[in-house]
Amino acid sequence: MTTTRLLTVSSATTRRRPYGTVDKPRRSILLTVLTGIALVYSLIPLIWLFINASKTQSDLFSTFGLWFGGEFALFDNIGRALTYDDGIFLRWFGNTLLYVVVGAGGATLLAVLGGYALAKYDFPGKRAVFAVIIGAVAVPGTALAVPTFLMFSSMGLTDTPWSVIIPSLISPFGLYLMWTFASEAVPTELMEAARIDGASELRIFGQVALRLLAPGFVTVLLFTMVATWNNYFLPLIMLRDPDWYPLIIGLNQWNAQAATAGGTAIFDLVLTGSLLTIVPLIIAFLFLQRYWQSGLAAGSVKE
Amino acid sequence: MTSAPTVTAESVRPPSRRARPAGGRWTGWGFLAPFALVFVLVFIAPILYALWLSLFRNQLVGGNAFVGLDNYVAAFGDAAFWAGVIRVGLFLLIQVPIMLFLSLLAALAIDSGRLYGAGFFRLAIFLPYAVPAVVAALMWGFMYGTRFGLVGNLNDFFGVQLPNLLSPELVLASIGNIVTWEFLGYNMLIFYSALRVIPTSLYEAAAIDGASQFRIIRAIKLPAIRGSLVVATIFSIIGSFQLFNEPSIMQSLAPNAITTSFTPNLYAYNLAFTGQQLNYSATVAIIMGLITMIIAYVVQLRGMRKAD
Repeated sequence: MTTTRLLTVSSATTRRRPYGTVDKPRRSILLTVLTGIALVYSLIPLIWLFINASKTQSDLFSTFGLWFGGEFALFDNIGRALTYDDGIFLRWFGNTLLYVVVGAGGATLLAVLGGYALAKYDFPGKRAVFAVIIGAVAVPGTALAVPTFLMFSSMGLTDTPWSVIIPSLISPFGLYLMWTFASEAVPTELMEAARIDGASELRIFGQVALRLLAPGFVTVLLFTMVATWNNYFLPLIMLRDPDWYPLIIGLNQWNAQAATAGGTAIFDLVLTGSLLTIVPLIIAFLFLQRYWQSGLAAGSVKE
Repeated sequence: MTSAPTVTAESVRPPSRRARPAGGRWTGWGFLAPFALVFVLVFIAPILYALWLSLFRNQLVGGNAFVGLDNYVAAFGDAAFWAGVIRVGLFLLIQVPIMLFLSLLAALAIDSGRLYGAGFFRLAIFLPYAVPAVVAALMWGFMYGTRFGLVGNLNDFFGVQLPNLLSPELVLASIGNIVTWEFLGYNMLIFYSALRVIPTSLYEAAAIDGASQFRIIRAIKLPAIRGSLVVATIFSIIGSFQLFNEPSIMQSLAPNAITTSFTPNLYAYNLAFTGQQLNYSATVAIIMGLITMIIAYVVQLRGMRKAD
């Protein structure tokens, strides 16, 4: 999908072209520059973060924000961030990985199974399912947070990894994406053929459908990964013990430390920690872009 | 993504009896069951519990007492709550159209095939979505700062006095900028994916007819991605009414501007976890959930009606 260009015809101001050029429109410098504004807007804060994560704390306060300070202290800062407070940052990183692998992995599995069911089977109550899910998404996090907290508290689950993992297992958007994707990607004829050959429904899913669902699977996995990696509200209320914090709760605590009486300001570590937190996700997006982008596009095919 | 929820529910139904599996009409539930079970545990049960909580009040004398709809009556007369609702309403009316319009422009530009390095644009504009709200708010919060932020740098450099972006008057706009930055690329990608699947034959036909670029956008592209626009709008409405992360994190930077009831969600959180008013907090959250659902529903109905 990245190689073919669908558009475009020449605008009224340029000369008429034969219709073969619909596939290869002329590049426009003006449009590139204009879109470049959005690009600069998107990237400047990330560049700012990188530059300032490379500064010592004194340079951070005294030098211009969009250029490097006197010394390039990035590696020194990374070293200090990783070892600060007995290496708590690495512990938070490990927690985040645990929540992402189990939470986002589980959420993707449930969404794939459910989306496949909604796309490929007719069953009683199917129409009600979507209404219930969309309705539930509109309920604010806090409406769920307080009662979920109380429920989990009486079950003894708060302040354990389970209190973060279990709610992460549900991704209504993931289910929706898989639903639209599966209805396109898995031909009903193929399922019929497998049935005639005597395959069970489970086997059809495992050996026929799952392979076809792979791009959708990657797409949903990436979106649930981001959601879990970036989840702030849930761990904020569920966890008290810093040993179970995910990265961003820990980062926020580092930031708040400066505001508390007697706390040392560690803005340099907050910035370096922020950089270390976003790098893994950005790498995941870059490496898997071919898969998730085709998954998104296929999910949007109109019948 | 092109079809909105209800339409999708229709269109994905098997076209004929042929599609019904030999396994029986309950087979689908077998696949849906794991999702459904966890969904009941983490969505349905807490919602029912919140409804139940909202009917009680914890009193100093007499403990937990059933008060019927008293909490709802109290919420309707609660100025702090409504100030928050109006604030997120204002946010919704200004930030969401700006963000979706910019996303649409970016998607149309990248899809036009007239950009140099379109693939790079697409990916780079999407990247902020991978940044956690906490990091985004910290980063922008730092940049907004007049003391050592980018705004402070500009003030020193040009010898000017830019308005304080963390002041009570401007902080909502500052948060709007952060949210726009976070989700511009995400919405762009949703629109872009929908644009990609428009059949080339339509453009070829338009080219033969000599249609202008603007006319192609208006007559072919926009109608084709209407479903995506509606879905993106609904997600944005839900997001606006649930605004929490950014104001919560920026509270330490702008304590005078961001009160504990700045947004309804922040209010509900503070009521529950710092004020110990669990019952009233549940009530506030339920009312917000209802308002959100009603508005999302109306938008979906309107968006779909025009499609017919």
